[in-house]
Amino acid sequence: MARNPHRNAGETPLVEMKDISISFGGVKAVDHVSVDLHPGEVVGLLGHNGAGKSTLIKILSGAYAMDSGEIRVNGNKVEIHTPRDARAQNIETIYQTLALADNLDAAANLFLGRELVTPFGLVDDAAMESECRKIMGRLNPNFRKFSEPVSALSGGQRQSVAIARAVYFNAKILIMDEPTAALGPHETQMVAELIQQLKAEGIGIFLIDHDVHAVMELCDRASVMKNGQLVGTVEIDDVTDDDLLSMIILGKKPGEAAA
Amino acid sequence: MSDTTSQPVSQQTSRNLFQQLELDMRLLGMIGAFVILCIGFNIFTDGRFLTPRNLFNLTIQTVSVAIMATGMVFIIVTRHIDLSVGGLLAVSSAVMAITQTDILPTALGLGFDHPLIWVVTIFAGLAVGTLIGALQGWLVGYHAIPAFIVTLGGFLLWRNVGWFMTDGQTIAPLDATFLKLGGINGTLGEFWSWVIGAIAAVLSVWGLWMGRKSRAAHGFHVKPMWAELTVMGIVAGAILGFVAVLNAYHIPSRKLKRMFEARGEVMPEGLEVGYGLPISVLILIAVAVVMTVIAKRTRFGRYIFATGGNPNAAELSGINTRLLTVKIFALMGFLCALSAVVASARLSSHTNDIGTLDELRVIAAAVIGGTALSGGLGTIYGAILGALVMQSLQSGMAMVGVDAPLQNIVVGAVLVFAVWIDIQYRKRLGTK
Ligand SMILES: Nc1ncnc2c1ncn2[C@@H]1O[C@H](COP(=O)(O)OP(=O)(O)OP(=O)(O)O)[C@@H](O)[C@H]1O
Ligand SMILES: [Mg+2]
Repeated sequence: MARNPHRNAGETPLVEMKDISISFGGVKAVDHVSVDLHPGEVVGLLGHNGAGKSTLIKILSGAYAMDSGEIRVNGNKVEIHTPRDARAQNIETIYQTLALADNLDAAANLFLGRELVTPFGLVDDAAMESECRKIMGRLNPNFRKFSEPVSALSGGQRQSVAIARAVYFNAKILIMDEPTAALGPHETQMVAELIQQLKAEGIGIFLIDHDVHAVMELCDRASVMKNGQLVGTVEIDDVTDDDLLSMIILGKKPGEAAA
Repeated sequence: MSDTTSQPVSQQTSRNLFQQLELDMRLLGMIGAFVILCIGFNIFTDGRFLTPRNLFNLTIQTVSVAIMATGMVFIIVTRHIDLSVGGLLAVSSAVMAITQTDILPTALGLGFDHPLIWVVTIFAGLAVGTLIGALQGWLVGYHAIPAFIVTLGGFLLWRNVGWFMTDGQTIAPLDATFLKLGGINGTLGEFWSWVIGAIAAVLSVWGLWMGRKSRAAHGFHVKPMWAELTVMGIVAGAILGFVAVLNAYHIPSRKLKRMFEARGEVMPEGLEVGYGLPISVLILIAVAVVMTVIAKRTRFGRYIFATGGNPNAAELSGINTRLLTVKIFALMGFLCALSAVVASARLSSHTNDIGTLDELRVIAAAVIGGTALSGGLGTIYGAILGALVMQSLQSGMAMVGVDAPLQNIVVGAVLVFAVWIDIQYRKRLGTK
């Protein structure tokens, strides 16, 4: 595999997912797939609907248990069986389904599973709301609905809550499964800027997105999947939009026929 | 910070005085319904319904179902159901009856009315209730058997386990101290009732004040000072008013005379002594406070509501929803056993049919109190008010002389109507 010039040769990747497989009943949702991610790098995951992208990253986030394969973080083999294990490795995830509790407000969702507590061990709603206002002020300054349950929010507002949750806890590895699917153009632009900023801080990001242009703009590399298998991983600088599209649709690496 | 304050200001203009109090409309609605009910019955019973005596009895009759209803809120919020609470109450009651009349006095030789008996008995009962609840929760949480099935099994099973323990016999008399937990046989008297009432009033006002301070410290919106003071006044007034009513129910002079004679004293002429707060009501209040704190201010409570709102999201947030289910059912079992203490002490005996149909009363109380069967929504105070409304309906109709079949028809209709109202209310609010 060709190495990106601005990635040091021989540097230990932040995450390596090696030879991962999982099947649901008879369906091989992910079939011997290997991907990796370096610090400060954005790797796009592409593929048609049902290609297995979400399933692959849900293994990394602890939502699914893989059938076989190996996950390494900073070169060390890790066991990720639950979402808690993933969080302990500083892996944060924005799920495609957003995974919000509709009956709770934005702050309660932001801190779900990691509530701020008072010295008596009681949840400190005022402190959480205050933190929530700060981060939402950065991500979506127009956001106002802090005391309503998130079921009362628009799709985009819900998405910003999910993004805030992944970003707030100082992730080292960030998984974004179609983070801009429900966002307007301005909010999408803000997420793009956020990705650039997080990247500059040295965070590694897996970005799943159907928009090839966005991937070309934001990512350093792209891994393409089809029917649960990895078609290939390419350096973005080496390919064109059309190359990526043909990988997604035809399931062939560019120049594969020639080589 | 500036953007946080701009929003409420623009709304302020359209708010009337009443809205500025920022009271919980659902709570207000339920209290309103309850008051109308009371006034209605009072008219039809020629003023017999709203007497200190009847209100006292109504209160102690509500306790057992109300205690269980608070636990049922958590069960229903997490999209489960518990049909076994009546059976659990019966088996806990059986265990406690045997412990205090047989095991401790005879088998362990403590003798009757030993001061340890009531403590050990209650401990044994609570342990059994909690364990059975945990077992059911484990079947639901870790083995994915629907709660409806597990607790339907429990409904048939536990009461009859109790039957085998006691050979189906009624067990009486119970320990003298234990009986004090049932209601009329254990009250605080006027003085201590006022003391407790005053402490409760001060604590509530202090709690409201601290809540306000905490919000203000973070620069969030707080209601106007006059509104805050009004709410504090209403709350303190309600607490002290409740104590006043219970104190106004006087111990009948003949009974009082006997109490004096038992102590070898002579009753002063014309003495009037009020019952005051029953210990069982204090237990309910303690349960209500603790359960409300759990629901609103602990991680456990937060996870209960999150799981009810979206089980998948809760799991992805690292919440162990299986263990959570065990804990919720164990808590329900604990509360059933606590209700068994109150219920058997109130009836002065253990009978095999104790708590029959309580599962339906408890579920109805929680649901009338606004707990949604679709999960994620429900309040502790709602369930307690729901229990009170159900009990008032039943006692009121009995006082008016409504035939038993018609009583059931009315209760059934009210249950459905209350839920319909709740759905309409939520629709207008725009939440689901
Ligand atoms: N929990 C599950 N149970 C059974 N099958 C599943 C499950 N999750 C995913 N699958 C199957 O695995 C395959 C891959 O699904 P996945 O959600 O990973 O696709 P995707 O690449 O994320 O697609 P999309 O672009 O539509 O989000 C699909 O065939 C899907 O039906
Ligand atoms: Mg997907």
